[in-house]
Amino acid sequence: MELLQRFKDPKLGQRILERLQQKISRPLNFMEVCGTHTVAISRSGIRELLKGKLRLKSGPGCPVCVTDTGDIDKMIGLARLPGVIVTTFGDMMRVPGSRSSLVQERANGDVRVVYSALDAVAIAEANPDKTVIFLGVGFETTVPAVALCLEEVVRKNLKNFLLYSAHKVVPPALETLLQDPEVKIDGFLLPGHVCTILGRKTFEFLSQKYNVPAVIGGFEPVDILAALDALVDMVAAGKAQVLNRYSRAVREEGNPLAQAIMQKYFDLVDVKWRGIGIIPRSGLKLKAEYARYDAEEQYLLEESTVEAVPGCSCGEILKGKMEPPECPLFAYICTPLKPVGPCMVSSEGACAAYYKYERRRSKN
Amino acid sequence: MIGDKILLAHGDGGLLTHELISNLFLRHFENSILKTMSDAATLPLEIEKGRLVVTTDSFVIKPIFFPGGDIGKLAVCGTVNDLAVSGAVPRYLTASFILEEGLPLADLEKILTSMAEAARMAGVTIIAGDTKVVERGNADKIFVNTTGVGLVPEGVELGYHRVEEGDVVILNGNIGEHGLAVVSRREGLEFESDIISDCTCLNSITQDLLFQYKGIKLMRDPTRGGVATTVKEIALATNKDIFLFEDRIPISDEVRWAAEMLGLDPLYLANEGKFIAVVSPQEAPDIVAALRRLPQGQQASIIGEVKKGQGNVFLKTSLGATKLIDMLAGEQLPRIC
Repeated sequence: MELLQRFKDPKLGQRILERLQQKISRPLNFMEVCGTHTVAISRSGIRELLKGKLRLKSGPGCPVCVTDTGDIDKMIGLARLPGVIVTTFGDMMRVPGSRSSLVQERANGDVRVVYSALDAVAIAEANPDKTVIFLGVGFETTVPAVALCLEEVVRKNLKNFLLYSAHKVVPPALETLLQDPEVKIDGFLLPGHVCTILGRKTFEFLSQKYNVPAVIGGFEPVDILAALDALVDMVAAGKAQVLNRYSRAVREEGNPLAQAIMQKYFDLVDVKWRGIGIIPRSGLKLKAEYARYDAEEQYLLEESTVEAVPGCSCGEILKGKMEPPECPLFAYICTPLKPVGPCMVSSEGACAAYYKYERRRSKN
Repeated sequence: MIGDKILLAHGDGGLLTHELISNLFLRHFENSILKTMSDAATLPLEIEKGRLVVTTDSFVIKPIFFPGGDIGKLAVCGTVNDLAVSGAVPRYLTASFILEEGLPLADLEKILTSMAEAARMAGVTIIAGDTKVVERGNADKIFVNTTGVGLVPEGVELGYHRVEEGDVVILNGNIGEHGLAVVSRREGLEFESDIISDCTCLNSITQDLLFQYKGIKLMRDPTRGGVATTVKEIALATNKDIFLFEDRIPISDEVRWAAEMLGLDPLYLANEGKFIAVVSPQEAPDIVAALRRLPQGQQASIIGEVKKGQGNVFLKTSLGATKLIDMLAGEQLPRIC
């Protein structure tokens, strides 16, 4: 706790901030690729305090935001099946599909919010006459825990537990962004939690293949400012490296146990990211030998063809091409109580963070 | 009494209802007014000076027992505090119960015991009540409604109309403890935590303060929606801006870390033993000093200032940024990663 307190120290934060304000000679575009970073940057005011010097763009770092409408529609299809209990994280409840949301479906079916996949396993054990489906949404930070649950389900030979996997992995999304000529990024603030699993080395392709500097950062204000400071120095020196400024949690090779259990249960497949499109080998599907636990394999789920709501700019925001206040719907038609797009739904979405912490005036 | 659980027959008005009332409710809430068992309680109130105030509130909470309290204590403290922050001396409470078939009688007894204890500590008498039983599945164990009656002494006048630019905002202690204590015991989310609810009756503090300091202009208890929502309500009702200072808002390390872990903002977490007061700047230091001498006020602090404006609330962060604060939009949900 005392150690962590240093990373919250406002005086230290202010010193780094002043240094940053002085030494940035031209406006730079950095992207944070983690919803928790987005919220921390908005909440502490770092984005506001560096305005004009740094543009801190929020990338595809919120797993709820990048879940495709087609996936949501399939989840809704599952919730409408008789004899089924659908379990999900709270953030997913209000994400709009093409015609409905899970919160609307809860009025008719059995949709329950859980805090971990283990809760869903417990619900399956307590309801042997029902089929319990866990909607798996999340990046490398969430997947190992879900894989551990599957281990439990297999060990107990539970026959009424299914997983709908909309899990995704982060590195291919960064590659896709860097291959888009319209996306201009001078450096990445890499997601500390994801790096805890994957390690620093996994991200070396950013500097080696694309010549873009990147820094792994923690989530306290001082962590974030120190990571930005290192990015600014690298840009000034014309150097591109992948640095670890979150060494209290992230190792070179990451967490091999977590990586191994992910690989045991999941294969990498091409999947659609909301607002971005298909990204090769960026989704995690249950391996064929575990197909009996795969909700998508067990039910014929209708593929939806409806596209996102007109005017919603979540796709552009996820790619860092637009900031939330630039979206015409932001804070007028699209609000946390009546979200149009997923970036406003999830507590870690860029629009929700901007709405909550960075609006200039309130609509009383 | 037959059995150890609430049965539908406990609510049918017959023998079991009679047993439930006399063996449990009357035993715990014994007083001369309730004992008459009349259809309506007659209150020996003589109001020559001062004003009568009434408030009502329903309590539904999951889990019904949580670190630092239970639904019964909450039902008494919640209503007593609504009276207290209105400037009233709480006098009487009514208590209505909706019980779910199958509720263990031992749980009911535990709840009634803590209600009686909280009422005794607050100096209020429970003078009327009602009990209904609903079929299993039609309620969540127990719902409690309490209505409170209190007297605002002559000379005490709190209200939005008294709030002026230059006034300061005081909070009597650490935020978010009730909200996190409850969340920590929710099904599926039990985590190691020493956080206990701050649930307590505030009337003894508020009465003393109001007697001593005429510069107290408004009081509110930041329950659901937390400090942020309550301060926003004050700003809107007064049509003035309120600036809060992040580094002056008292919060325990335990709450800070647990809220961070869960992705919850402590400013929006519920409190049950806290009050916000808008006071004159001249008296504010004395009020804070007086509060700090009390067990429920040791972390008391001036957390903000009232300024000219249009109903906005701003938070000055410790890094020096200014953020707009709004009411809670929908429930706070723990994050995914």
